[in-house]
Amino acid sequence: MNTTPTALEPETETLRPTQVVVALVENKPGVLNRVVSLFRRRNFNVDSLTVGRTHKADISRVTIVFDAKQINAQLIIANLQKLVNVIDVRHLSEAPHVSRDLALIKVRTDDTDSRNRLTLICEHYPARIIDIGPFVAILEMAAPTELIEELIDELRQIGIVEMVRTGVVAMGRGIRIHDANLPTIRRSQQFVNGNP
Amino acid sequence: MKLTGAEIILESLLREGVDVMFGYPGGAILPTYDAMTKYPQIHHVLVRHEQGASHMADGYARATGKVGVAIATSGPGATNLVTGLATAMMDSSAMVCITGQVPTGAIGSDAFQETDVTGVTLPITKHNYLVADVDEIAMTIKEAFYIARTGRQGPVLVDIPKDVQIAETEFVYPEEEVELPGYHIPSNANRDQMDAAIDLIQNAQRPLILAGHGILASGAMDEIRELVERAQIPVTLTLLGKGSIPENHPLVLGMMGMHGAGACNHAIQEADLLLALGMRFDDRVTGNLKTYSPHSRKIHIDIDPSEINKNVPVDVGIAGDLKTVLRQLLPDVPQKQHPAWMARIREWQEDDDERDILHADTGDKLMSAQVMNDLWKWTEGNAITVTDVGQHQMIEAQYYPHQRPATLITSGGLGTMGFGFPAAIGAKFGRPDEEVWAVVGDGGFQMTMCELATAVQENININIAILNNAFLGMVRQWQEFFYDSRYSATPMVNPDFCKLAAAFNIPSMRITRREQMEESVEFARGIQGPVLLEYVVEKEEIVYPMVPAGGDLHNMLRRPKASEIVS
Repeated sequence: MNTTPTALEPETETLRPTQVVVALVENKPGVLNRVVSLFRRRNFNVDSLTVGRTHKADISRVTIVFDAKQINAQLIIANLQKLVNVIDVRHLSEAPHVSRDLALIKVRTDDTDSRNRLTLICEHYPARIIDIGPFVAILEMAAPTELIEELIDELRQIGIVEMVRTGVVAMGRGIRIHDANLPTIRRSQQFVNGNP
Repeated sequence: MKLTGAEIILESLLREGVDVMFGYPGGAILPTYDAMTKYPQIHHVLVRHEQGASHMADGYARATGKVGVAIATSGPGATNLVTGLATAMMDSSAMVCITGQVPTGAIGSDAFQETDVTGVTLPITKHNYLVADVDEIAMTIKEAFYIARTGRQGPVLVDIPKDVQIAETEFVYPEEEVELPGYHIPSNANRDQMDAAIDLIQNAQRPLILAGHGILASGAMDEIRELVERAQIPVTLTLLGKGSIPENHPLVLGMMGMHGAGACNHAIQEADLLLALGMRFDDRVTGNLKTYSPHSRKIHIDIDPSEINKNVPVDVGIAGDLKTVLRQLLPDVPQKQHPAWMARIREWQEDDDERDILHADTGDKLMSAQVMNDLWKWTEGNAITVTDVGQHQMIEAQYYPHQRPATLITSGGLGTMGFGFPAAIGAKFGRPDEEVWAVVGDGGFQMTMCELATAVQENININIAILNNAFLGMVRQWQEFFYDSRYSATPMVNPDFCKLAAAFNIPSMRITRREQMEESVEFARGIQGPVLLEYVVEKEEIVYPMVPAGGDLHNMLRRPKASEIVS
């Protein structure tokens, strides 16, 4: 058995202008299927699609990242809004927003050099080592996609053994609140946790 | 009082005003069929294949503007509805399909006649439901009808497991309006959009209206006519837009697109303003998008926001109900005249006229165009025609001008062969006082001709006109033009349609000469119940004009002018 971890092939793809759309959907069986089926049948290739629950039990939030050159954002939004279970859709890229992608990356640490380089890399990035052993270590980093791509490029030189990413989640900055019950939020409340 | 789920289904249908449904029984829907015996107010039409039920419900919906209902069992019963659902989805037809499903506990176990029907129909329904609880049936059916008939209409499927049909609960039909947080129906235009549209109309020298199905769907027939007459804008129709404005109106030029009138296609290409009303720039009406109407500014009004800028980028896109938006616009629409533009269009029309096959000497051949023209003449242009798909469909569109809304029913978007005959049965159920003609080809008719038995069982008074050329004519035409006349799998050895009719106890007549046309219509009108007319037409007729798929709209293959033919 080959015990030497092999690094993944380096990606040749360069970064493209991406767009972020967020949809609030009903938390019901089959709703994710409807969203994904829409993208498939309309031939919308998405870079990343994540789903998670919100603070409301009946609402889930879908974050979709796609290449602006290939798909018209307005068409994606108009098609998403046609789905009966999709409550609201926002084009986040149009306004200031923050986004995070979480990566867990397992790299080889089977010699001194690799361990040293790993420590050095971690000093330059908001990355943490969350598991380490004689052969491999697991790094965790939550950051904008671009930064994660950079980290990956650095780690390739040491040797990536395994990797997983959650895909992008994003949120508008300040008082741009995307909430299913937006009208019920009083304006004063909107300022509680955000910068006006 | 407690009712079973099956009874709740039927009570709910009654509350939605359903008086006829088309279906086929089977194991998983048996409780509902059993309950039907208690609900004679809803007439059930027993079809011979569930596809027929779906097209009948569709034809009923298009003829009446109400929601058509089809019902089938699980598994094969439900999958047989698929073509009908896809047809209705493409043509925005309001339909509710109810399917039985295996009992809740058996779902996912590959039970007998189990199919993941909500999964299968997800991309071809406007929305669909799997009802897991008897308490949800009433609300779900109410929502299904609401979704089917509002906004851009479309088919909705409700899948109900057998145990849910059997379970009992207190029946209360929800009184409140349906409220769906994620369901938005665009309604009107904003001031900026209106100003921009009016400005374009004001400044246009060569305006043209593209009138689509949305006019009929939103009931904007009066509004479009007012717009046309106020601003004197010529009109060209999509296939499904026929009937949206009387075709004998002097400003109506006829159908556009692949087999549209030459004048319409040339006008689109030379226009400086297109007003696209309730249409969606289908590839069959645009041809090559790169060369489509290159000189025009474009206004697009459609109920579906996802249609705006989908195929053709527009200058003013208004997502809204056409009737509402036109009413907003009309007070500001200027009175105008476009004499030079109309004169240009008349030139093209004269050229079209010279190429018309009705003016050509066809010897003793019976041409489909003659059949359709004469059917129009002898039915006083007043019948509801329900066509199948192919050459006869395009010839109907060219030679049967419609004056009233919802008098042409045809599968446009999906091009579903086999649609015409069952849809005609559905249309007749919806409008029993109208003269209904199923106009079909020999190919398409044989796809759903089993419904002859349904027509007989219901003694439904429809006239079936088969234009028999013993070919899959439209495919043959493509093979002649684009595949060097290699007629691969297009010649048909057909049954004797008159003997076939006889087997169903249906009176029939075979027509081979044009002189028999009037007689054939009189014969059909003299018979109560279904009647079959076989028009034996020229085998290798060609539908002109033709824009080859993806070709430039102005580069049509044309029939030579009579004066150009050297014999």
